[in-house]
Formats: sequence, C-alpha cells, structure tokens
Amino acid sequence: MKVEEKCKIIEKSVMGGGAVYLVLEVGDMVRTSYKGPGQFVHIKCGDGLLLRRPISVCSCMEDEPEDTLAIVFEVRGEGTDWLARREVGEELNVLGLLGNGFQVSPEGRYLLVGGGIGVPPLRGCAQATQGRSTAILGFRSADKVILHSLFQEECEKVLLATDDGSLGHHGYVDFLLRKELERDPNYTGVLACGPKPMLKQAARVAAEFRVPCQVSMEERMGCGVGACLVCACDMKDGSRKHICKNGPVFPAEEVDWDV
Amino acid sequence: MSERKAFFLPVERECPDLHGSEQVDQRVSLAGMTMKNPIVAASGTFGFGHEYGAFYDLSQLGGICVKGLTACRREGNPAPRIAETPMGILNSVGLQNPGVDEFIAAELPFLRQFDLRIIANISGNTPEEYGEMCEKLSDAGVDMIEVNISCPNVKAGGLAYGTRPEMAAEVTAIAKAHSTVPVMVKLSPNVTDVTEIAQAVEGAGADALSLINTLRGMRIDVRTGRPILKMNTGGLSGPAVLPVAIRMVWETAQKVKIPILGMGGVSKGSDAAELMLAGASAVAVGTACFADPCAPLKVRDELAALAGRRGLRRVADLTGQVQPW
Repeated sequence: MKVEEKCKIIEKSVMGGGAVYLVLEVGDMVRTSYKGPGQFVHIKCGDGLLLRRPISVCSCMEDEPEDTLAIVFEVRGEGTDWLARREVGEELNVLGLLGNGFQVSPEGRYLLVGGGIGVPPLRGCAQATQGRSTAILGFRSADKVILHSLFQEECEKVLLATDDGSLGHHGYVDFLLRKELERDPNYTGVLACGPKPMLKQAARVAAEFRVPCQVSMEERMGCGVGACLVCACDMKDGSRKHICKNGPVFPAEEVDWDV
Repeated sequence: MSERKAFFLPVERECPDLHGSEQVDQRVSLAGMTMKNPIVAASGTFGFGHEYGAFYDLSQLGGICVKGLTACRREGNPAPRIAETPMGILNSVGLQNPGVDEFIAAELPFLRQFDLRIIANISGNTPEEYGEMCEKLSDAGVDMIEVNISCPNVKAGGLAYGTRPEMAAEVTAIAKAHSTVPVMVKLSPNVTDVTEIAQAVEGAGADALSLINTLRGMRIDVRTGRPILKMNTGGLSGPAVLPVAIRMVWETAQKVKIPILGMGGVSKGSDAAELMLAGASAVAVGTACFADPCAPLKVRDELAALAGRRGLRRVADLTGQVQPW
C-alpha cells in the first residue's frame, strides 16, 4: 500500500522561535510526484484527528535508498502539536507530493519574498535557481528568524525585515521588495509565500514594476487532493479554485485580493 | 485520462486487495440497480472520481454518487468551508459544481470508462429545476438519480424541501415524472421524525432512499470569537454521526418498503455492517476518504470478511437482520 506512504523521520531539530524541522524518508515520492518547489505533503497526525495536516515542503531530493524531503512547521493546534512531539525513527503516514509548485525557470533570477512560516517553501526555489535569486525574508522579531544561513548560501543575497526592528529593516517585506525592484527591475519574477496581507502587498508591488508574481495561498483544507472542494480560493474572474489541487501556487494577477 | 495521470500519479500505488473473502457474494441490488459490491462513494466527498481514481481503479467500487449538481454552475460558499470537530468535520461547501450540462459533457464520459454505477446527485431551487435535471440526466444515461432535498449549506431549496413532508413529496413526484431511471431521495437528519418524510417520499413514488445527509453544526474560534466557517454553520459528517445514521436507517427501514442506501460516518467494515443490519441495502463512504483515500475499498473488504465470518454466503443477507431488544 503505497498511497499512505509510511515515512520515517531521519532528522529533527527545533529552530528559532520553536519551528520544527523534520527530514523524512519518503520512498519514491519525489521521483514520482515532484512538480516544482512549493508543493505540500498531507500528514496524518495521530488517531484522534480526522483530518490530515497540509505542510509545505521545504526541500526535497531523489536519493538512495529512499527519496528524502524536509518540512518546517510551527505548532498551531492539536495536529501540529502531535507532529512536533514525534522523534527520529518514528514513522509518519504521508500523502504526497500534492499540489502544484512554483513555476521556476532554472536560468531565472527571482525575488523570493517570504514571511514567517512562509519562508521554508521558498528554499526549493532558491535551490532551483542555483544562487541567482535574492531572498527578502520577514519575521516578527530576530528570535523568530529561520533558515537565514541556508538562504545566504543558496541566494545571491538575503534581505531581512522584522516587525519590531530587532533585525534588518524595521517593517514589512514589501518595502524591501519595492527598493530592490527600484534598484533592479530586471528580475524574472517574484515568488511569494506568507500571510495573505503580505502576499497582497507583494503582488501589488510586483504589478507596479510589471514583474510576474506567483503566490502560495493557504486555506483550511480537507482531502488535499481536490475531491472535497473545501479549500476555496476566490479568483478575479469570479470563480473559486481549490488550493490543494489548482494551487497552492497561483499567478498573483488571477487571485481576487479584495475579498 | 491524461489529467488523471498527471496528478501526483501513484499509478503503481494501488490499494491492496485484502481478499480472502472470495466465498462471499458481494453483489447487492438497490431499486433494481445491481452493483458488484455494496460500497458507494458518497456525494460531495469524491468529486467526479478523478482524484481518487488516481489512487485506484474506480471499477472496484459498487458505485459513485457524484458531487451535487445544480441546473447552472455554482461557485459555492466563501472559505473557510471546513472545521474539524471531535471525530468529525463541519463543511459548508455550498454545492460548488460545474452545472448539469457540463457534467454530462465533460465528466460523465470519464466515469463511463469504469465498471461502476453512476448515481447523479441533484439539487434544485424549484421543483421544476429538479424535473429538468432529471430529464437531462436520464437521457444522458446515468444509472440512478439521487435527489438531494437535504443540503444544509444553500439558502434556496435544499433543506427546505427535506424538512416538510408535502414539499418532499412534491419534489419526488416531479423527479419521478421526469426520470426514466430509478430515483433515490436523500433525506436530512435535521428533522424531528425522519420516517414522516421517508413515508411521504415513498408515497410520492421514490424508488429508494439515501440517508443521512449532514447534521447542522457550528464551531467558534475562541481567540477571535468568530465562527470557523465563513457561513457560520455547516454540516457535520464523520464517525461522530454514525450512531445517528444507524438509528435513522433503522427507524426508516421499519416504516418503508423501498431500499435504503445508508451513510454517515462509515470508516470501517463493521460500521457498514451496522448500517446494513439496521436496514440498509448498500452503504456510502464519504468523509473517511479524507484521512484515507482507500477507505471505501477497505470498508468493502472488511465488510465481506465480516459477512464471511458470520457464515453468510451473501453480504446482502446482512440487510435488516438486526435483532432489537
């Protein structure tokens, strides 16, 4: 039974601000279903909870004896609390890889705009563009910063912002995005993941500079595969698409930001 | 097919056949419609089959009740549309669907590739709309029509038809008059006495009943004071509703002669067996798919194994065999 992939935790660490980093052995999941950075896995969290928890993939690779992937998550409720208490050697029931990721051209130079727990999914974008991209990462405060050194290794440069000014720019990432685009408007595109207000601002700034922008959206999810239709995303044309199947990444101009 | 394969393709990732119950005849009949086994995918949890069809061959199911159809395309309700509850979920999807014409043109041919019964679930704003959809779907050649008079998530029609016996009867009569295939009416549990509606629907000519639809419920985020669902309330499904479903099937089975498709919180073979013992001729599996895409096949195999252990030659022999005190 390979649908419910039993995935062993082979590495675990707790990052700044309490975010949990897990590396999983995932069989041939990456080989068979990788479509690009920004996909997610749907993880069963204990027996008492009916719904799986969708967690974005931070990075993944085809490997021997099994493919591996890393996830980073924060404890938000019962499910992620259960997940955070798993240890190396334990197995998780994982569906994946699900959804469509960012469309990244390997020759491209992108602006990777991330906020908080929206930062990890951008790591795959940094890796895919082999050091040519620039990361603009926002966090609540200095102690919440995650993956900074990895982005430094894998990007041309990293710009930081914190809400309280304890590290980097005092304010939001859209300010840094605007400054960077004023300096150099020739980026291939903006790839953004984070809270919806941040995505909306990033989309607005990118549009001003006529740079294509892709955003990774979030919503309460059911099946994770497109059957139950609960994770609706309002689109500009009046339709409602589904984050698990049509997304989670959408072209920013297709999303209705005013609902 | 190409879309099906392009989507995370567990092509060789098939659910196991837990056979060993080959001796048990799994065939059942629902209002003259025979199925190779009693397990049906429940409407609204299985789309039009594409998604779970990427996990296993849909021909392994007895049938599928497709996502609820309406006369015109509907985009459904704003998100959030789901909230988790103890052993259940609340949903407020609001009948998002491409409309009956698009279903016939684009979805039905896909499902026709598989050897399973296709049951078209429909909701109308008016009795006339039910009639029009029944005509189109009968002509298109679905195997059965499931008339939804019990959706808790839409303003017009829906639940209103399902809570008043005379309106339920009116919709049933119109659906029957416009259908050339069997008509099954899906009942709401949000009533004081489900048998009253069941009898009214039977009297109006329904060929079968399906029950239960979801129970109305609500959850509130204590941090914000806001309901979790954007529509404030929604429909409860999952294991939490199983005992309600069993009770309602049991009560209904004693009052009507037409067969019942039982559903509500089924996630294992013994759950399905309980519904059949209570009087169901077949069983739908829904919410369980969200945790386990292969849940319908597991339920099917566990049910057959359970019937075998009880010494039955046919799974259908479970129907109505409860021994009440």
